This record gives sequence, structure tokens and C-alpha cells, in this order.
Amino acid sequence: MSERHDLNSILPANIVPDPGEKLTRRLFMGAAGVAGTVYALALAYPIYRYLDSPEEMALNATAVTEVTLKDAQKLVPGSVLMFKFGTAPAMLIHHTDGRWISLTAVCTHLGCTVQYEPQADRIHCACHGGVYDPYTGANVSGPPPKPLKLFKVAVSDDGVEVSRA
Amino acid sequence: MIQKTIYDWVDERLGLSELAAFARHKRVPVHSQSFWYYWGGISLFLFLVQCFTGVLLLVYFRPGAEAYESVRQITFVMHFGWLIRSAHAWSANLMIFAIMVHMFSVYFMKAYRKPREFGWLSGMALLGIASVFGFSGYLLPMDELSYFATKVGLEIPNSIPFIGSAIANMLRGGPEVSEFTVQRFFALHVVVLPALFLPLLGFHLWLVQRHGNANPPSVEALSESERKSEPFMPNFLRKDLAMWLISLNILALLASVFPWSLGKQFDPLAPAPLGIHPEWYFMSPFEMLKLIGSIKLLQGEAGEIVGILSFSIGILLWVLIPFYDQSKESGRRGRNAHYFGLLAVIALLATTVIGYWTIR
Repeated sequence: MSERHDLNSILPANIVPDPGEKLTRRLFMGAAGVAGTVYALALAYPIYRYLDSPEEMALNATAVTEVTLKDAQKLVPGSVLMFKFGTAPAMLIHHTDGRWISLTAVCTHLGCTVQYEPQADRIHCACHGGVYDPYTGANVSGPPPKPLKLFKVAVSDDGVEVSRA
Repeated sequence: MIQKTIYDWVDERLGLSELAAFARHKRVPVHSQSFWYYWGGISLFLFLVQCFTGVLLLVYFRPGAEAYESVRQITFVMHFGWLIRSAHAWSANLMIFAIMVHMFSVYFMKAYRKPREFGWLSGMALLGIASVFGFSGYLLPMDELSYFATKVGLEIPNSIPFIGSAIANMLRGGPEVSEFTVQRFFALHVVVLPALFLPLLGFHLWLVQRHGNANPPSVEALSESERKSEPFMPNFLRKDLAMWLISLNILALLASVFPWSLGKQFDPLAPAPLGIHPEWYFMSPFEMLKLIGSIKLLQGEAGEIVGILSFSIGILLWVLIPFYDQSKESGRRGRNAHYFGLLAVIALLATTVIGYWTIR
């Protein structure tokens, strides 16, 4: 600052310093700030992506739209098969009346894995006592706020294909 | 107002203003060899990079039988895993290089003389630990190269008479390099060595603050009024940080343009690949052992023992130099120390060059 002051005092009055120059220091600091931020972001980006890799892989897995369960057509009526749909647990129920039902096994209350109880013919969550209908997934009693999502089921000679409804 | 109140409260309990006053008064000598003052700081910066990238690798690395698979996953599956690993490997090499430059500049500036003997000794210990860091870290990917490097490297303790094989077996966790070896090298690399290194580093840095930067003999000869210096805050610190930034840029360039490779998974039955050789910082001792072993009289075990013995004596003399060349009144001893240093540099460079020359 003092240098500029000195310069002004020795300059003839008709030579006015370029008004753009007044911004030089500010511009420089601004540019340095931007460059520094870009530099820091360039360093942070690969680190973020590196740490986030499993999450991205999981996202890819949830993008799964159908799962083929080999030999699941042999499932005895009145029993259940637990499997993974993407990253989350799911269940395939073969009801005694011959109906095939598949739904997500993640309780809509606080995310516990639910279980099918053939004797009571209900889906029960042991964590907080939520109960769902084993045919429709509807939340029947207890704390669950929403029904369990149903999947589409296609039974063939060599397996059962479960897909997003 | 409130800031001042908080500052005063903390200051009264922690003595911040004493620290600030110390930083304000700290000065760094300015002379033709000031450039070498940056290398300790560069070493420190690269060590910090090692801590940081090391923790990132720790996130996915699995020691033991799965070691290779996990490093493969880091390198090829995880986003930018190749970059993190490459930065860790490159920074390790650059750190050893920076420490070596720092050590030789301290040696030739005679900064080990009274009262800085502990600085020299702790520095040598830090270099020793750093090379064990390098050796243990090298095995962790468990590829072919690291497998043989460890196999060969452990032949050194193995050739110590009487107790050698027991030591080697203890380090290996058995008679052969296996997943037990990775497991214990891992424990060494991420727990034991940092636990030794960090307090020693703190001691080393505290000594630097206590005694300040040493002047080389040419400046030491000048009178107090003829010597120039600059304040540490902010002049030297600014340049120090600029050096850190330059180091980071060089590291980023090397790590991304020359990504560290991953070889085939180790196979205890496969023969050693052609052209296998130690890392550059181990090249010199290996070549010296090879050369001594090739002297007719000293073939076989005798050569190994003589080689390791003479090498150990050389290092011991190097470490003890502050007690031989004690002060600026050392005279002839000072000159001898200088020649010893030149001899060490020449031997180191020559054997490294010969080593690389004779790989095939």
C-alpha cells in the first residue's frame, strides 16, 4: 500500500493510474482463492469417490430388477425361501393353497428383517411386533406404517423368477 | 470482545502467547546453502501424506490370506483406488529420498556438532524406522515381486551367526513367507512402527525448535554482524509451505502418470521372475554384499558375514560421527569427517549404479 502511495505522490498530476489496477490485488486474491478451491476439490474428489465406492456398488446392486431363484419351484407348500433382491433380504412364500407370493423382507417400521410364520399364517417382525398379511403384504397390526412391497412371481420348470412389480 | 475473552481464558491455561512469542522471535539463517533447510520439512510433509493415504488404504486392505485380493480390489475396483495406492507408494519413495537429502545436507553442513548430537541420532533412528516401514509395506500386496523381495530381504537377518535363523523365522512367522508373514508385517507397519516413529519425530522436531537451524562452517566463521537471517513467521514458513505444495504437485504427477503396478499373485512354487531387484534405496547394500561375496577369499558364508560386518561398522561410524567431529574446533577431525562423507556418497552412488547396471 505504501508503495502505491509513494508512486502517486511522485507522479505528475496528469498521469492517473489505470483505475483497473486498483482491482489488481483484489482480483489476484480472488483468483488465488478460486484456484485454491479448485485445487482442494481436485484433491477431495478422488478421495470422496474412493471412500464412496461400496455405496456406489450397492446402488448398482439395487438397480437389479429381477432375480432368478433356481429350483425354487420345488419349494414345499406352506414354507418360505429367504433370498437377496439386490442388496436387501426378500422372501418367497409358497402358500398351502398353491399361491406364490414374494415380498420384501424389510420391515417398514425400523428396518428389521421380518419372518413368515406358517402356523399363524402371518408375517411377523420380532423387533417391535409388527404383523403383515402374507398374501398382500398389508400392515395388519403393530407399529409398521406401510405395507411390505410385493414382487411379481413367475414359476417355471427350472426356477422361480421374481421381478419388480 | 468475546474472542479476546475466550483467547485469554485458553491462554491463561495453555500459555498460547508464549508459543506465539516464540514463533515471532524464531529466525532462520539466510546464506548460499539455505536451500537444504527445506528438506527436513519436505520429509515431514511426505510422512503426513503417508499417514493420510495409509489410513485410506486401511479402509479396504485385508491382511492375511485375502491380502492380494483386497489390494487387487483397491487397485481395479474401488474408484481412484489405484491413485491412492500409487500416491502411497510414490510418496514412500520420495520420503526416503527426501530424508536422505536431509541427512547428507546435515552431514556436510556439520549440523550434527554440539549441541545437536541428539538431533542427528534421532534422525538416524527415524531413517532406520522409515526403511523398516518401506520393507514391511512392500510385502503387503503379496504379489510376486513383494514375495521375493521379502524372501531375499529376510536372508540378511538369517545370515547373522547363531541367532540369525531364529530372528528370521520370528519375522516370517514360520520357515517360509506366507499369509502369517503379511499379517505380522501389517501389524508392524500400521501399529508398531508408527508408535515408535511418532514420539521420536516429536522429539526430533522439538530439538530443532530448541537449537534452531545450524549454520554451515562457512557461515559459522563469520562474525555475528555479518550473518543474515529472516523471521520464520511468515517469511520462511511461506517458502516452506510453497515447497510442500511443489512436493504435492510432483507427487500427484508421478502417482497419476506412472501408477504403481500390481503383479501376479504370489505363488510359493513359482520361480523368481527375471530382472527382479530390490528397491533403489536397498540397492546399494545389496550390491555391496554381492561385491564382497564375489571376492575369491570370501566366497560363501564367510563373505556374507564379512559383508554384513563391514556394512554394520560403516553405519555405526556414520551414526557416531558427532562424537568424533565434535565442534568447530575439531580441525583435522572435521576434515576427515568430510572425506568420510564423500566416500559414503560415492560408495552409495557407485554401488547403486553398478546394481542397476548388472540387473538382467
